[in-house]
Amino acid sequence: MNSRTSPAIELRGASKVFRTPSGAPHTAVRDLDLTVERGEFVAVVGPTGCGKSTTLTLVSGLEEPTEGDVLVGGEPVSGIADDVGFVFQQDAVFPWRTVLSNVMAGPRFRGVPKQEARERARQWLTRVGLEAFEDRYPHQLSGGQRKRVSLAATFVNDPKILLMDEPFSALDVQTRALMSDELLDLWSGTGASVVFVTHDLEESIALADKVVVMTAGPATVKEVFEIDLPRPRKVEQVRLQTEFTDIYREIWSSLGEEVRITRERGAGHAA
Amino acid sequence: MRPDTAGAGAVLDKAPAAAGQERTLSRQRAARRRNYLVQGARVLVLVGVLGLWEWFSRAGIIDPFNFSMPSRIWHQIWTWASNGTAQGPLWVQVWATLYEALLGWVLGVFAGVILGIALGRVRFLADVLGPYIKVLNALPRIVLAPIFLIWFGLGPASKVASAVVLVFFPVFFNAFQGAREVDRRLVDGARILGASNRQITYQVVIPSATSWIFTSLHVSFGFALIGAIVGEYIGATKGLGLLVSASQGSFNAAGVYAAMVILAVVALLAEGVLTFLERRLFRWKPTESGDGR
Repeated sequence: MNSRTSPAIELRGASKVFRTPSGAPHTAVRDLDLTVERGEFVAVVGPTGCGKSTTLTLVSGLEEPTEGDVLVGGEPVSGIADDVGFVFQQDAVFPWRTVLSNVMAGPRFRGVPKQEARERARQWLTRVGLEAFEDRYPHQLSGGQRKRVSLAATFVNDPKILLMDEPFSALDVQTRALMSDELLDLWSGTGASVVFVTHDLEESIALADKVVVMTAGPATVKEVFEIDLPRPRKVEQVRLQTEFTDIYREIWSSLGEEVRITRERGAGHAA
Repeated sequence: MRPDTAGAGAVLDKAPAAAGQERTLSRQRAARRRNYLVQGARVLVLVGVLGLWEWFSRAGIIDPFNFSMPSRIWHQIWTWASNGTAQGPLWVQVWATLYEALLGWVLGVFAGVILGIALGRVRFLADVLGPYIKVLNALPRIVLAPIFLIWFGLGPASKVASAVVLVFFPVFFNAFQGAREVDRRLVDGARILGASNRQITYQVVIPSATSWIFTSLHVSFGFALIGAIVGEYIGATKGLGLLVSASQGSFNAAGVYAAMVILAVVALLAEGVLTFLERRLFRWKPTESGDGR
């Protein structure tokens, strides 16, 4: 297969089985088929705990699939690829490094000379509006600022594949809207393909080209919705459009069912 | 500027300035008063205990031969400091003990940290060596001191050795635990950012294990002193432990207490230095009470 024309990410019948501490197998995802085109922004929504995050760890190479294939750029994933970026739910910044040093970490790990790494890091800090905070330590920043540090630290490596695991779910609602806009802004022009996992349907529609609805766990793809809202988008404005509410209703009718199943199961466990 | 960076201090010195300032001042005064009270009470406790001890001894309620009294202990320290001890000048004894303890501590810490991190990172090593380390740890290691005396003689080496075995284990276990408890997200994050295994060990695991290691450093310096003193007590040519055993041999209770007092001062000074270093090293950590109060 030609690696120029192949999709950015392709999962074919991928399954992942974990072993729980008690030794029993737990299937996180099963028979997953998913394609992400180059430069496409795909949001993955599903009930909580259904295995969305596992999808990302498979694509990133942090975990290997138990069955099936995971291809990035037409090649099967083996280990962690160079051009992958990952933004986690909780901030994974190094608390003992300053803001600047945190953003420099990626290039430095990859052997970029110190001077150049510092310059690139400063550029990205400026883009996320933290140039005045480069000497601060993470604990001196707000949650939103720390998230910006994570974003800068990820983008500075110039990833072709951007994996985001509910990156904004720990932020308050206003900050979250701001950050969503900021993400779209940072992403535009990079040509990176994004997989954005969230449980927030509004967020997914506002951001993505394609929304993938997952079933209750073990997760597999239930339905895929194309989002034809024009870009560039402003999250707060997009939400007010009538198309948005139509799409929302349509996807929710699919997602709501899975959420219900998950909740009933949870109640069953509790009883 | 972003909204979340706006200062909160501006609120206080605006509108009802006088009343606000008055309240701030009185709050400061109250805090200062409480501080004096605590300090004063502390001194009072010390004076009370020492005074009672002195009085009991002088009145014959407790036997001054066995229990001595603060004035005699002070007198003993003074004699040692000005005229030297039977074993030589006092500072030589203090330095001998401190030297053995420090050397033992540094060696024990090095070995403990390196082995702890290595075993914490390399599963295979941990699985192979784990049971042996448990067995060694279960041993009451202070009984090794006489063996070291036989092996290494009366010189400092035997004391250093007993300090090392006492220091090694707490440091080792903390380093091991620290390396094991590293936040998985940080390790995953670093791997995604492109870190090699080596870089993860040096730039993620070790920094995040340092707070664990430092906790053990405080405790273990005390252990190093114990190792040195016990070693000297069993057999030595100089050191505070020798002072204790010599005083004991000549039924000089004040001498035993005086050596203890000197030892306590040395330990407190070392603790102070360690705390100072820790503050410098952990500037990245939020202060315990939180910044926002």
